[in-house]
Amino acid sequence: MTRLGRCLSDHLVLGIGVLVLLYLLTPVFVVVLMSFNDQASRISYQFDGFTLDNWRSPCEPNGLCESVSLSIRIALLATLAATGLATLMAFALARHRFRGRAGVNVLTFLPMASPEIVMGSSLLALFVTAGMAGSLGFWTILVAHILFCLSFAVVTIKARLAGLDPRLEQAAMDLYANEWQTFRKVTLPLVFPGILAAALLSFSLSFDDFIITNLNAGQEVTFPMYVWGAAQRGVPPQINVVGTIMFFAALSLVVIGELNNRRRSRLPKG
Amino acid sequence: MSLAHGIAPGGAAGAPAAPPGPGGRRRTRTALLLLALPLTWLFVFFVVPLVSLVSTSLYDPTGSLESGYAMTGEVRNYLVVLGDYREQLVRSLVYAGIATVACIALAYPLAYAIAFKAGRWRNLMLVAVIAPFFTSFLIRTLSWQLILGDQAWIADGLRWLQVLDADGRLLSTPFAVVTGLTYNFLPFMVLPLYASLEKVDPRLMEAGADLYASPFTTFRKVTLPLSLPGLVAGTLLTFIPAAGDYINAELLGNPSTQMIGNVIQNLFEGGSYPEAAALSVTLMLLITAMVLVYIRRAGTEELV
Repeated sequence: MTRLGRCLSDHLVLGIGVLVLLYLLTPVFVVVLMSFNDQASRISYQFDGFTLDNWRSPCEPNGLCESVSLSIRIALLATLAATGLATLMAFALARHRFRGRAGVNVLTFLPMASPEIVMGSSLLALFVTAGMAGSLGFWTILVAHILFCLSFAVVTIKARLAGLDPRLEQAAMDLYANEWQTFRKVTLPLVFPGILAAALLSFSLSFDDFIITNLNAGQEVTFPMYVWGAAQRGVPPQINVVGTIMFFAALSLVVIGELNNRRRSRLPKG
Repeated sequence: MSLAHGIAPGGAAGAPAAPPGPGGRRRTRTALLLLALPLTWLFVFFVVPLVSLVSTSLYDPTGSLESGYAMTGEVRNYLVVLGDYREQLVRSLVYAGIATVACIALAYPLAYAIAFKAGRWRNLMLVAVIAPFFTSFLIRTLSWQLILGDQAWIADGLRWLQVLDADGRLLSTPFAVVTGLTYNFLPFMVLPLYASLEKVDPRLMEAGADLYASPFTTFRKVTLPLSLPGLVAGTLLTFIPAAGDYINAELLGNPSTQMIGNVIQNLFEGGSYPEAAALSVTLMLLITAMVLVYIRRAGTEELV
């Protein structure tokens, strides 16, 4: 292969990659654009003109902000619980050998590998069998969210643990740190970025879930459920404002985290 | 970017050996202590619900939430739903299959470019893969309604090029549903693939070239096999949720593109719990069977 050919193929792959990225980002551009849409009618499917009104009155559509607040509360609690449980589990799986470990591994992976509709309907079947069909709501949503975040969080934290050099912990022990000191001063700081990533992932999974939530929500309306309802009645442009805010909030979190990582890796070790 | 590795079960394989030391029995006890709470949670809210789903699927379908259900071992529920909804079941698997293949075709060049060609743009490109997740799944699917809409320039352009008839549409067609599915699950293919490719030592590819293999042969004999764990993980993470999804079919399709998720959801909403449960169990069994066959053929038994 000639140099010209190699250069061409190098740029070809990169070019295709960038095109695929554009495909991934196109709907985001549309969401941001539509948040400024001076919408002519409720069922308008086009850009009618530029306005800032939607940004001035994000809570105007009935129930929109209530649904966002419910989703945030559930996502925060689910993130806290799922990340906590997942940290325990990841340590057990990555650091200990015990009988039935393979089985536990499979059990952790299974919720991730079952379609949402199946997981949602099986939880509903449980709640119905337990005679709770009338009291579906906040707590049943929360239980479901902790469940599906758990697997993703375990896998994330386990991957981080697997990447750590066990000799670092042995070195700490050699230097007369006891088990607890080793954990607090060596292991935990090293695993922390993994835990943080798991938390971020859990939050976005929980905030975004529709299928499982819809089956187990009773009368409660989360943000995705609000959007779903609006899709049938006509979408208020303020929904796009919420989407845009979420996008940039999460993006800045990731960027801050990345900058923080870089700064830390430049610091002298010690 | 630990998030990227996190989503990739294939990337997590090969945990290091536990630090050697005395007190093996105590270590086991620690492990059990750590696992007590999360395992109880998984058991109560994942295993037990699956059992109760199976038992619900065997209830007498004439019952209702108010009057209660009688457990009559009604295996007929399965025959009824298979007879009534086979079309939607097959369609779900076909759509999910096409979307998965499309995801592989789109994700492989992107993951390859990020792993080997992006240089210092690598992290930026990874963030760009995950970033769409930050706006809601539903909002993004709604914006595909606009992109593919009858008045949008894509549809207009295709009509002008006469690829599409004068009254042809993109929205509310199987094409729109598969496009939505491909779009929504693409990151789940890119991330595990990237995690696998990132581990491939570029020197192996150079060695391939040194041994007079053409770039294509090097790719086929070296790079592709080494990225197989990511490919398998990505396929599972796209195919399984796509087969159960009904958001894309509902928002981008029409009544004749309904998938099995739509049917299950509607049956639950209509209060036909036993039929809905039977259909859920059937979907789960079908997917499990397909996944087992696939994993066996792909030859990566150790996934988790």
